[in-house]
Amino acid sequence: MQKLFALTSSLSRRTRSSAAFSTSLLFDDTQKQFKESVAQFAEENIAPHAAEIDRSNYLPKDVNLWKLMGDFNLHGITAPAFKFFFVEMFFCICTSKLVMYAVKLYLTSLSATEEYGGLGLGYIYHCIAMEEISRASGSVGLSYGAHSNLCINQLVRNGTPAQKQKYLPKLISGEHVGALAMSEPNAGSDVVSMKCKADRAKGGYILNGNKMWCTNGPVAETLVVYAKTDMAAHSKGITAFIIEKDMPGFSTAQKLDKLGMRGSDTCELVFENCFVPDENVLGLEGKGVYVMMSGLDLERLVLAGGPLGIMQACLDVVLPYVKQREQFGRPIGEFQFIQGKVADMYTSLQSSRSYVYSVARDCDSGIVNPKDCAGVILCAAERATQVALQAIQCLGGNGYVNEYPTGRFLRDAKLYEIGAGTSEIRRMIIGRELFKEQ
Amino acid sequence: MKIMVAVKRVVDYAVKIRSGVETSNVKMSMNPFCEIALEEALRIKESGRASEVVSVGPAQCADTLRTGLAKGADRAIHVEFPGTLYPLSVAKIFKALVDAEKPGLLLLGKQAIDDDCNRTGQMIAGLLKWPQGTFASKISVVLDEGNKVATVDREVDGGLETLSLDLPVITTDLRLNQPRYATLPNIMKAKSKVIKKLTLQDLNVEIRSDLEVVQVIEPPKRQAGVVLSSV
Repeated sequence: MQKLFALTSSLSRRTRSSAAFSTSLLFDDTQKQFKESVAQFAEENIAPHAAEIDRSNYLPKDVNLWKLMGDFNLHGITAPAFKFFFVEMFFCICTSKLVMYAVKLYLTSLSATEEYGGLGLGYIYHCIAMEEISRASGSVGLSYGAHSNLCINQLVRNGTPAQKQKYLPKLISGEHVGALAMSEPNAGSDVVSMKCKADRAKGGYILNGNKMWCTNGPVAETLVVYAKTDMAAHSKGITAFIIEKDMPGFSTAQKLDKLGMRGSDTCELVFENCFVPDENVLGLEGKGVYVMMSGLDLERLVLAGGPLGIMQACLDVVLPYVKQREQFGRPIGEFQFIQGKVADMYTSLQSSRSYVYSVARDCDSGIVNPKDCAGVILCAAERATQVALQAIQCLGGNGYVNEYPTGRFLRDAKLYEIGAGTSEIRRMIIGRELFKEQ
Repeated sequence: MKIMVAVKRVVDYAVKIRSGVETSNVKMSMNPFCEIALEEALRIKESGRASEVVSVGPAQCADTLRTGLAKGADRAIHVEFPGTLYPLSVAKIFKALVDAEKPGLLLLGKQAIDDDCNRTGQMIAGLLKWPQGTFASKISVVLDEGNKVATVDREVDGGLETLSLDLPVITTDLRLNQPRYATLPNIMKAKSKVIKKLTLQDLNVEIRSDLEVVQVIEPPKRQAGVVLSSV
């Protein structure tokens, strides 16, 4: 009934945001407004479904979350406009007149992207959106990240105007779901050794092979897939393609039954003589590794928002619990061991957050440093697993019971140590770069 | 037709306040009833004309006004006054604003969740000698040439009362609508919308405080019950 709905929704709104911590140095007013807005949206529309999504391993059938997020302009956050980089320059050499001019440019650039429906904003906003959605539900956050960054952002950065015009509008509105596939059953960390072949044919290529662990694979209409056009050339023989779900020869195998991130559908992709026309090559033939590696840096940055959201969700659950749970005549939050745990959780979250958003700010200015992009997700993901473990511990026996979300937080957090490059690969990237710089 | 919406910045409803009401580090946001009023104004605007958001209060009210602009209001007016204001003073300020801006319709939340006065709307109507429709749970506005009428369903103790009013002051109740989110494109557009700042001298309003808060105490803690052996 309308009465109950209005009452309950206004009550459920923002009951958790009181635990969101002030991060005044990280965000300006607009970004704070956006953060609150997305937090409210996620709290009202995604959080109520989170437990059921995890239990059933499906996204809700009665509500189209993709469309809802699209209506909230969350998918095309980084679809940039050609004027975007001018605006960044102006912001760097600010005077009040230039700021007004830049703001006007910014606004017209917003309308320039409206042909695709994007927003022309940067990675800070994207990370904020990723964090708040993951806070409501880790699975929805991961699927959202794969769709909006792995697929949409790759198209935005490497697509031709024709490709962008064909695929972006529906992806950004949420009507179509996007995915990206590079790993194979025998090529995970060693992704460059992929065996999926793309043989030259008349007017295009014929793809043969398998891809594994593709997030959104079962439901995606548009997929970015990497295959080898030249097996002998190793990394220089990789090409990126845009695949459509209906292409003959392309199919998806069964959905994977995962430890966590349940509901974020993941599956194996199968290519059997799948014909892909020339106009679906993303970037240039043989230059796929550049598309892949530069995309991976930004993917790691945006996905780092995921573990931040999970850590925040852990604190959202733990803080009220330790205030209300009493043992030995007092709330357990008064005992030093619990205070110690909560303090560790808090500092892990705040320090990871500072790192992630500082690097996001750099990336928005055009400074993309692979070491730091790998560093942020390495840091945030490992901290998130520890924070989730501590969250379970703070809840004690209740933490071990699935009625409480802490078990789901742990299972969801663990993924981020593996996907987008395992922690080991990330360490290798950072160490290798530091060594080279010496 | 211009619609003017009054918004108040109050302590966020989800925050637990201790007695004495410290407002320094506490999360503040727009009064929920004012959000409902703003939403109604935006809906009328989407089938009608401009809407403006006005708030009265100290400098920090600017963020509440920005939120209103981000939801879709066209302009904001900020009347700066650093102290506490009671409904009669607020009503006098709004009378001056209405005389200056000449809106066709004035929407307010029925009460603020900090003081629960439920007086401002009614007082403004009295000062302006405008009709009032309070506790509105449904509003429909007709804006034809010779016929400007608002039909308001009011929630009263006996049920629902439907009034037909020449464009009035309306205060809104909970079940009127579900306020919208401020989406990111609107937040960005709001950055360039104007917030006009006014002082009490600009409006020629003099206010004096007729009320003095003597004491604020928590209600007494609930006593434990007494177990009787029989009744």
